[in-house]
Amino acid sequence: MGDVQFVREREWQIAQSVMLWVDQGAAMRFASAPDLPTKADRARVLSLAIAILLIRGGERVGLTGTALPPRRGNAQILRLAEMFSEDAADDYAPPEHRAMIPHARALFVSDFMGDIEAVKLALTKAADRGVRGVLYHVLDPAEEAFPFRGRTIFESVGGTLEHETLKASELKDRYLSRLAARKDELQKLCSVAGWQYGLHHTGSSAQSGLLWLWRALDGGVART
Amino acid sequence: MMIIGPVGFAAPWLLLALVALPILWIILRAIPPAPLRQRFPGVALLLGLQDDEAVSDRTPWWLLLLRMLAVAAMIIGLAGPILNPDDNAEAADGPLLVVLDGSWAGASRWTQAMDAVDSELRRAGAAGREVALLHMADPEAGTFQAANTVTARLAGLAPQPWQPASLDQVTAALPEGAFETVWFSDGLDYPARADILTALQERGPVRVTQTGASVVALAPARYEDGTVQLTARRSIPGPERGVTILAQGRDPAGNAAILATANAVFDDGALEAETALALPAELRARITRFEVQATRSAGAVTLVDDSLRRREIALIAGREGREGLELLSPLHYLERALVETADLLDGSLSDVLPANPDVIVLADVATLSGGEAQDITEWVDNGGLLVRFAGPRVAASDISRAEEDPLMPVRLRSGGRSVGGAMSWGSPKTLAPFRENSPFFGLELPDDVAVTAQVMAQPDPTLAERVIAELSDGTPLVTRKRSGQGQIVLFHVTANAEWSTLPLSGLFVEMLERLAISSTASQPVAEDLEGTVWTPEIVMDGFGSLRDAGALPGVAGPKLVTDPAGPSLLPGVYTSGDRSLARNVLTADATLVAASWPADVPVSGLTNSPPQPLGGVLLSLAIALLLVDVIASLALSGRLTGGLRGSRTASVAVALALAFPTAEARAQTTEDEALGAAAEVVLAHVITGDRQLDEIAEAGLRGLSDTLFFRTSVEPADPVAVNLETDELAFFPMLYWPITPDQPRPSREAYAKLNDYLRSGGLILFDTRDGDIAGFGAASPNGRKLQDLAAPLDIPALEPVPRDHVLTRTFYLLQDFPGRYMNGEVWVEAAPPGAEQIEGMPFRNLNDGVTPVVIGGNDWAAAWAVTSTGQAMLPVGRGFGGERQRELAYRFGVNLVMHVLTGNYKSDQVHVPALLDRLGQ
Repeated sequence: MGDVQFVREREWQIAQSVMLWVDQGAAMRFASAPDLPTKADRARVLSLAIAILLIRGGERVGLTGTALPPRRGNAQILRLAEMFSEDAADDYAPPEHRAMIPHARALFVSDFMGDIEAVKLALTKAADRGVRGVLYHVLDPAEEAFPFRGRTIFESVGGTLEHETLKASELKDRYLSRLAARKDELQKLCSVAGWQYGLHHTGSSAQSGLLWLWRALDGGVART
Repeated sequence: MMIIGPVGFAAPWLLLALVALPILWIILRAIPPAPLRQRFPGVALLLGLQDDEAVSDRTPWWLLLLRMLAVAAMIIGLAGPILNPDDNAEAADGPLLVVLDGSWAGASRWTQAMDAVDSELRRAGAAGREVALLHMADPEAGTFQAANTVTARLAGLAPQPWQPASLDQVTAALPEGAFETVWFSDGLDYPARADILTALQERGPVRVTQTGASVVALAPARYEDGTVQLTARRSIPGPERGVTILAQGRDPAGNAAILATANAVFDDGALEAETALALPAELRARITRFEVQATRSAGAVTLVDDSLRRREIALIAGREGREGLELLSPLHYLERALVETADLLDGSLSDVLPANPDVIVLADVATLSGGEAQDITEWVDNGGLLVRFAGPRVAASDISRAEEDPLMPVRLRSGGRSVGGAMSWGSPKTLAPFRENSPFFGLELPDDVAVTAQVMAQPDPTLAERVIAELSDGTPLVTRKRSGQGQIVLFHVTANAEWSTLPLSGLFVEMLERLAISSTASQPVAEDLEGTVWTPEIVMDGFGSLRDAGALPGVAGPKLVTDPAGPSLLPGVYTSGDRSLARNVLTADATLVAASWPADVPVSGLTNSPPQPLGGVLLSLAIALLLVDVIASLALSGRLTGGLRGSRTASVAVALALAFPTAEARAQTTEDEALGAAAEVVLAHVITGDRQLDEIAEAGLRGLSDTLFFRTSVEPADPVAVNLETDELAFFPMLYWPITPDQPRPSREAYAKLNDYLRSGGLILFDTRDGDIAGFGAASPNGRKLQDLAAPLDIPALEPVPRDHVLTRTFYLLQDFPGRYMNGEVWVEAAPPGAEQIEGMPFRNLNDGVTPVVIGGNDWAAAWAVTSTGQAMLPVGRGFGGERQRELAYRFGVNLVMHVLTGNYKSDQVHVPALLDRLGQ
């Protein structure tokens, strides 16, 4: 009996489900300069690219929620593209967290300018179901730089919010600290939920963004 | 109209709006600058943030002041302010006659006078009056017309160089009916003035406008005691005043110049100022006119005629040296006649001729040596006047006997004749009256002139026309002929009293004058000029400017002196034969009399301040202030600099700053650039002027530089664009030169620089970018352009890259050199004829150096071009094959740069085995 060798199977390779959520809110349709893509464009390009790569790798890709459950095959790319081309009317769309498949992977792409509680809720639910994934924060360079001066009325892209200031340059520091706090919070949420946090600016190359995303989804090795 | 100080307002009620200004102040003060609406997704993060300080919620006081000023300027501007309003315009109506003296006396203030007339006409036009214009120096029958019609004629009026015409002419030109008269007087009295005034006063009231300034004029210059006497006159005795008199003429080179200046000073209360100018004869002869400086008037100019010109006369006699017999000297009477008015030259003929005298007098000189005769003939042909007198020697010689001597006007019969002597029948002959075509016509014959002996002229067909004076029996006394530009005159008698009493009479002097041998010292009187006709050469206009007389008719001599100047007698220089006479505006004894007006004629000065509307100025000011306000408001709301919208303004400011770099800064930059280029390997491309193409070229070189950096030990700095005209080329190992059909051709200097560059080891990569067979397939426009551009370059013979060229193996092993296009041939310097394949050697030993040019059409830069993020700028080929092609393009680039930097080093490497072999290993 001693000659018989047993091989114990420790790993099991199986196709994974990846669920995407791309913010379709009006706030994403913003570009600070004519030669920059809007945040929505960049988010969609990146999401579609990563979806194509994943489908090529044989994974199932779909959207969070019930609209488009993960499937494999090239036809899914077309369906995804179709879904991505729909704009939402709201300024800030909350992350879709329903119908998450347990132990799947997820990718949330947004500018996360809206209510942070919705994000928190979504991540908590995802963590409850063992879903791990990536929070990809897409920002316009102007949102990082805040290059405004003088008396200004800021309005959201959808037109629902408005803020008036007499001296915009005075606001810069406080805005930036709030933005930093928002990033911090997102990172903290991610580390608690076991997600990864990535930051991308529309001013930089989409290729590098895609590369980072790929690495992040690949094995969780990438760090920001 | 309301008048405040010197300013009147056309619409004074509008000024009431100024009261509203304080209200405006309060309103404006409350309104903060308008906000800028800015779309910004991050607004969610801004919610709840409060402004620390409430700045610019109220407009600052200085901006308010600016706006108030703008509004005030606008209100006042719209109220129609007029400087110097016409409050003094009499409320007269009916037709108005504007009378101008229009003589030379008013020429120096002509523009002011015209301005005054203009404003008078404008006033009349505003009052709706009809106007007629009468130019008294040049009267034309006038009719009453609308004022602006008359205004249009003002530009065509000019002062005339004479005084106004007679009463008859003026009254004939007066329009019908009654009218008011405005008389613009020149300030000088003239005979008909009082009568004209009376005639005008009969038709209506007369106003006079006249300057209070004195009229200054210059009397004709006189030559006295070796100096030129100049007299300036003025019309009104005033305080002491100096005038500068300029002597205008031509310098030896023939250019107009001021030859001398003299200062004349009017003493206090004096009407005349005199000055004298001592000038050498040469200089004096070149003077054409004198004028009073800075006085533009015909009266201030006096033209110069012969009277200042002293002719140089050489007197040469046949027999000399009879001491003590002065009265018998053939030259005695000539000297006495001429010494006053001419400069006499003594000496032998050969000494005198080089001085080029105006006149040579040969008294009883019969024969001249061949050389002398030739010299004199030449001198006469060039305009000299040769005057010969007969005498015993001439009578005894054979000169001009058988045939006419060139230097004699007629042939002579031998021996001459004597009449009225002891051995002859007849009585001494007197002179016959001068004929009309004679220059002496008009001279009075004295009774006591008698001729006792003379030389006789042979009756020739030409004789009659050459005789200019004859005796009562019809024998010639003076004959003349033209020769070239000069003339030859023969007096058939002696120059002394031996043969006739002519030299003793005053007629002799007058005859010499008429022949222009001498010139009068003083102005001629009418009798002197009897029978002469003078044609004008140069005439003056009212301003004293000279012009060519053209085809103006001649003037009879006495009229020239006595008649007043007028349309038929323009002041100017008149000539008759060889004599010239200046007719000046002011005659020698004329005085200037200021015009005085009766007490019932109102006289006003020429001071003229026409109404000036100020509205335009004020409205412009308002607009300028508002523009300042725009800029200030923008600055205040932070939109002038920085920010997204402001970036354009900022770039304008930067562009303005860049547009005026100092030369030093430029030099500094050039030096820095040169240092940068010399310290690193820098790839360069030629600026073609096509912006897109230049961008691609730069991006292509950047891509190539990156590739070199990653793959080889060549680590280039950022590529630069090179302007062939201004930049130094020596720092660049290679130049990439894309060809467009419409790029400018470099200058000669740039080509010289390029040739230097090629000769000193530089390489130019020409790229026609059309995928065609470059350089030699001139079918494409780019190919033709390349041929055109490269023609002046020092390029050796070329061949397509041979398969064993070093370019195929300097870094990568390549066989073709694609860019965006694949198949274009690439040309390099041809191999020397001696290069042969050596047995056992894979490569020929080709060029020792680097090929100076590489020519192709594969559009390499486009294949190399990368964006700032490192992505390929333009697609190449299709799919993976295209990427392979791009890779090969990069490899070509690497090989090329390696070839440029290492020369034939890679060629040498293949010899290493052979070298080692020879060393005996």
